[in-house]
Amino acid sequence: MLGYVLGRLLAAIPIFILVAIFIFSLVHLTPGDPAVLLAGDNANPQQVEKIRERLHLDEPLIVQFGIWAGNALQFDLGESIYSNKPVTQLIAQRIQPTFVLAAVTLFLTVAIAVPLGVIAAWRANGWIDRGIMAFAVLGFSVPVFVIAYLLVYFFAVSLRWFPVQGYKPLSNGLLTTLHSVTLPSIALALVFAALIARVTRAAMLEALSENFTRTARAKGLGTFRILVIHALKSAGIPVITVIGIGFATLVGGVVVTESVFNIPGIGRLTVDAITRRDYPVVQGVILFFSALLILINLLIDLSYALFDPRVKG
Amino acid sequence: MNDMTSRTPDSDMVLEVENLSLEFADRDKVTYALDAVSFSVGEGEIVSLVGESGCGKSVTAMTIMGLLPKHGARVTSGSALLRGRDLLQTSEREMRRMRGDRIGMIFQDPMTSLNPVHTVGMQISETIRKHRRVSRGAAEKRALEMLDLVRIPDAASRLGAYPHELSGGMRQRVMIAMALACDPELLIADEPTTALDVTVQAQVLDLIADLRRDIGMSVILITHDLGVVAGVADRMMVMYAGRIVEQGPTEKLFADPAHGYTAGLMRSLPGVNARMRDELREIPGSVPRLDRKIEGCVFAPRCEFSSETCLAPLPQAQERAQGHWTRCIHANAVCEAMSDNDIVRAWA
Amino acid sequence: MSVYDQVSATRGRQGGRISAAAGYLAANPATAICFGVLLLFVLMAVFAPLIAGDPVKIDPAQRLTGPSASAYWGRDHLGRDVFARAVYGSRMSLLVGFSVAAIATVFGVAIGIYAGMSRIGGAIAMRLVDAMMAIPAILLAIAFAALMDAGILTVIIAISIPEIPRMVRLVRSVVLGVRQQPYVAAAISIGTGGLPLVWRHILPNTLGPVLVQATYACASAIITSAVLSFLGVGTSPEVPSWGGMMADARSFFRIHPELMVYPGVLLSLLVLVVNVLGDRLSDALDPRKMVRGSV
Repeated sequence: MLGYVLGRLLAAIPIFILVAIFIFSLVHLTPGDPAVLLAGDNANPQQVEKIRERLHLDEPLIVQFGIWAGNALQFDLGESIYSNKPVTQLIAQRIQPTFVLAAVTLFLTVAIAVPLGVIAAWRANGWIDRGIMAFAVLGFSVPVFVIAYLLVYFFAVSLRWFPVQGYKPLSNGLLTTLHSVTLPSIALALVFAALIARVTRAAMLEALSENFTRTARAKGLGTFRILVIHALKSAGIPVITVIGIGFATLVGGVVVTESVFNIPGIGRLTVDAITRRDYPVVQGVILFFSALLILINLLIDLSYALFDPRVKG
Repeated sequence: MNDMTSRTPDSDMVLEVENLSLEFADRDKVTYALDAVSFSVGEGEIVSLVGESGCGKSVTAMTIMGLLPKHGARVTSGSALLRGRDLLQTSEREMRRMRGDRIGMIFQDPMTSLNPVHTVGMQISETIRKHRRVSRGAAEKRALEMLDLVRIPDAASRLGAYPHELSGGMRQRVMIAMALACDPELLIADEPTTALDVTVQAQVLDLIADLRRDIGMSVILITHDLGVVAGVADRMMVMYAGRIVEQGPTEKLFADPAHGYTAGLMRSLPGVNARMRDELREIPGSVPRLDRKIEGCVFAPRCEFSSETCLAPLPQAQERAQGHWTRCIHANAVCEAMSDNDIVRAWA
Repeated sequence: MSVYDQVSATRGRQGGRISAAAGYLAANPATAICFGVLLLFVLMAVFAPLIAGDPVKIDPAQRLTGPSASAYWGRDHLGRDVFARAVYGSRMSLLVGFSVAAIATVFGVAIGIYAGMSRIGGAIAMRLVDAMMAIPAILLAIAFAALMDAGILTVIIAISIPEIPRMVRLVRSVVLGVRQQPYVAAAISIGTGGLPLVWRHILPNTLGPVLVQATYACASAIITSAVLSFLGVGTSPEVPSWGGMMADARSFFRIHPELMVYPGVLLSLLVLVVNVLGDRLSDALDPRKMVRGSV
């Protein structure tokens, strides 16, 4: 088991290194002087020179990368051109809203998608199945910000049940916070759930056609038990894999949703940074998200052992 | 259509299948899978449904268990009486109560027939808890007893094992333990030894025979292997293309095969005294398509004993000896031709 | 059957499979409707100048007026014709969608086949693919779009870049599977090597899955381009785009929700139709379906 964990960790490292190289090169790929880019549009020549010195932009690329990477590992991601604050600090300030949003979204997604997928597989080819799959295609197709605005119009503007925008930090109490992220999480969850429901259904259909389902029926077991205890657990791996893969899309959705609902999270930070050409922040945020994704997928890999005892070896 | 068992339902019989016919319908295609299948299983009897792949033996078992998909499979006639109660007329809810409780079933491939993500102990216990109101501890105790019954060594530690941690033979024993956990009157074993090594086969078959002796269990053993039948079955039913063509006590059939197909099957086995350069005799031709009703003898086109009359509607089954029935009108010719067959001579 | 026969029989099989799939698709009413809608969008984009007025002309005097003879859907906050902008907006979406799908296909297939055929090259390529897929696609697209000069080409390239690894992964797995087939060994044994092998045997097998993935890539690209223009990244604000229209409508949402609805519905409808077509294609090309579908 320990070997398995170490193995996956080691495999993740080269990927992370490649990602870091890639992100680092983004700035240097652009035509133009990196120092000018990083100093910002309003910098005068002295400021540009200062940046050039501070960021060692005259050194060979490899050295620059080494310095940048070295700093990054110590959680020093440079400073924002716009605000001069350390990037790490900016990220840390905005983690809470994004995290809460993501957590609630994930919870809603699984709560909606998995039961729907199970039911759709159980009643395969019937009208329930068709209905659920139609909903899934819709959720998959309608862009998240369209759904978001729909929700805002009905539930915030018309019914006034939820705030149109904004985020209430946890210091205001859990319920208040949850109330403020309800609409954005639902919007995100609908899209994510559409994807998960489809995969759950497919994996369940596979499991239900396996021989062990035939055995379970031959033992006279009830429907619920066969569906949930036998088939669903067996279908666990593909489902959770897709949840892991879907995180990448979720990040994109979070970025957009924070923009729509004016939530001061990392997504908003990213968008603002990009429109302001605040490269250190852009690099830092992309690095952060990528590291997070790699970590999440690692955790998911590790969770396989929970679902399928054959994996431990 | 004609049947080969007595007509009055006998409540000493654990299972009586009479005149069972079944169709599969897929859009406009119809497959006539079973035609007037009739046989019975007495208490403590091991009967064998024998035939090649696709002849309908598994379909018969699944029909009795009610495990065929509701859409697409249609019973067009017949009954399957379990101690007088017609399983084919029983509701799905009632059938679920009976499966695993009054009838147990085991399947061919124990690796895929057991759920790989749950322990062996859990899979046995859940059957017990489904059909009996007992505590988890009591169910586990019973599961342990069952593992002992099927002679799994070191049973206590095996309860927490996963299927992939056990050998093929042990897995099949676990399947048997699962199927017998609630003391069913009837066990249906669908090709239980096909996926196992020969030595392990023997062990599993011995187990089944011993269980029959020790707890008086009735068994329907489905197989395509005549050797398995010879070893352990009291009576056998030879199936071909969805019909039972010959049935009777095992010794009688081996000593006196009375149907062209049975003869063909026996001939295709190498005899004990066969020499390396002897060719294996195969049955020429191939199994007929079942997309239309066939009159007369289904096997006639491939049978070396057949004549024109074989293609006309067949007469009733004839009883050659006590309990030994055949549908072949050339039974005598078959018997004579087979008199010098190694197997026949060994059993005569 | 001789080896030659076996090899040529499988080539015939590919053609048979695609035409059978086409037949299956055409028969289904839902598919036909979706295709029809897609066609309408294409026609709308192509014939935009004939259908609608000027999407760019600003007329501040008429800002936020309702539907009229000159502007069927009213005017936006700068007095521009909303209907015209919506119609012209389809050009952007369709252009980006199809271009990204095409680029992802071409590069994805080329790299994917290489990765599938070459052991070392494949291993390296897959590491790169994994790394690129570890970066959220939207962020990558936004970053590229921000780094390069604004323009539709930028947008297309920016969105294509995260789509290519997805395609590479798919193609490579198909290639690996095909290479294990006996008819490939048969072909190699009669002397087919390298390029002809790929062209005649490997490539045809990738067409089905690639086509399905390309369809999904198109839908995904349309959404991403809408997100980019919604966030104000990539193209300049006068260029009509559905995402941009929705961003413009944000401030007036309470009083003029329809400014959000028009582009939103069009966008959703187009993506929906493309996704459904992708699903149908996927079903039609499913080898398991073929057993039942073939008459």
